Amino acid sequence: MMERYDIHRSIPAILLALLVAATIFYAFVEVGFGEPEVDKEDSVSNRFISNSTQETGSSNFVTAVVVNYRGFDTLGEVTVLFLASAGMGAIVSALPAGDKRKRPIPPSLILTAGTRLVLPLIILFGAYVFVHGHLSPGGGFQGGVIIASGLLLYIVIFPEWKAPHKALALSESLAGLSFAGIGIIGLAVGGIFLDNVISGLGEAGMLVSAGLIPLIYIAIGIKVGAEMTGLVARMKGGDA
Amino acid sequence: MEVTELVVYGSILLLAAVGIWGILSRRNLIKLILSLTILETAVNLLLVSVGYISGRSAPIVNGDTGLDGSPIGEIVDPLPQALVLTAIVIGLATTAIALIVAVGYYRSTGTLELKSWSYGLTNEKEVRK
Repeated sequence: MMERYDIHRSIPAILLALLVAATIFYAFVEVGFGEPEVDKEDSVSNRFISNSTQETGSSNFVTAVVVNYRGFDTLGEVTVLFLASAGMGAIVSALPAGDKRKRPIPPSLILTAGTRLVLPLIILFGAYVFVHGHLSPGGGFQGGVIIASGLLLYIVIFPEWKAPHKALALSESLAGLSFAGIGIIGLAVGGIFLDNVISGLGEAGMLVSAGLIPLIYIAIGIKVGAEMTGLVARMKGGDA
Repeated sequence: MEVTELVVYGSILLLAAVGIWGILSRRNLIKLILSLTILETAVNLLLVSVGYISGRSAPIVNGDTGLDGSPIGEIVDPLPQALVLTAIVIGLATTAIALIVAVGYYRSTGTLELKSWSYGLTNEKEVRK
């Protein structure tokens, strides 16, 4: 069905959009682009940049902020993802069954063989990204999404494949539990929830460094990978 | 105003305007969700660009910058990037829920247009009256 161009709705929308754009422009034209605000002595960023290599052992400052300084916030973030996944499961189970009359065109040999070849490499790359979250760009969320993108390819090429929702839910729950468990280890040993108690272990810049950060990111990577795969498989429809 | 600033702020304004226009004027659920995502991208880009400092590298120390010396003055602000990472993940969660609601709407009405819902009616005959 073609969408009719509704002029009565569009003109106020365009005006409002231009108004918002102008407001953003006037709010930020004074801020100055690319100016070193961060070098101010009392800024939070300055505190993180000065101390995070000594305190956390992480070479990646964004990882140090996300997993160490704002670790509790990240636990909440992971909970939001879990809620989205659980909510999707609940909504899908209440939906009427999808239309199954349309048979998908079977994929060619090149697509099936190529997918079987590429899928392990994508999963390996995702694992690499979340294991090296404290050393290089990326981390648990990014690596998990890379893994899920590989499984999305598999779902698209093999539509008959039933996603193992029970196994996905199990690995998701275990990874989430180990994140919370690492937090409780910090509480028991260091007295602070999610305290990075072994941050001095290893040499900064090496794979074994930054204490609990790589362990937390591995847990997040597995959790996000399992959750996103579940989301994508549910989106395909058919099975609840 | 240098070229980088113009390009970055220009794309932020364009994305925000397109997102708001799409949310207000489109009736197709997929297009609505897409507009929401575009607006979200504008906000994320804005936050990251606030932390940008001209001529500095990504907030990762390596052999070049030296692990012992203080990297202050050589890297951009890592805090907005960390906050945007959170914002992206939350945005993904809301988009996923919105999409599955759209799937449910399609399965129960056979269309993605919001026309019949805006009057609180689901029966096509009552809408036509």
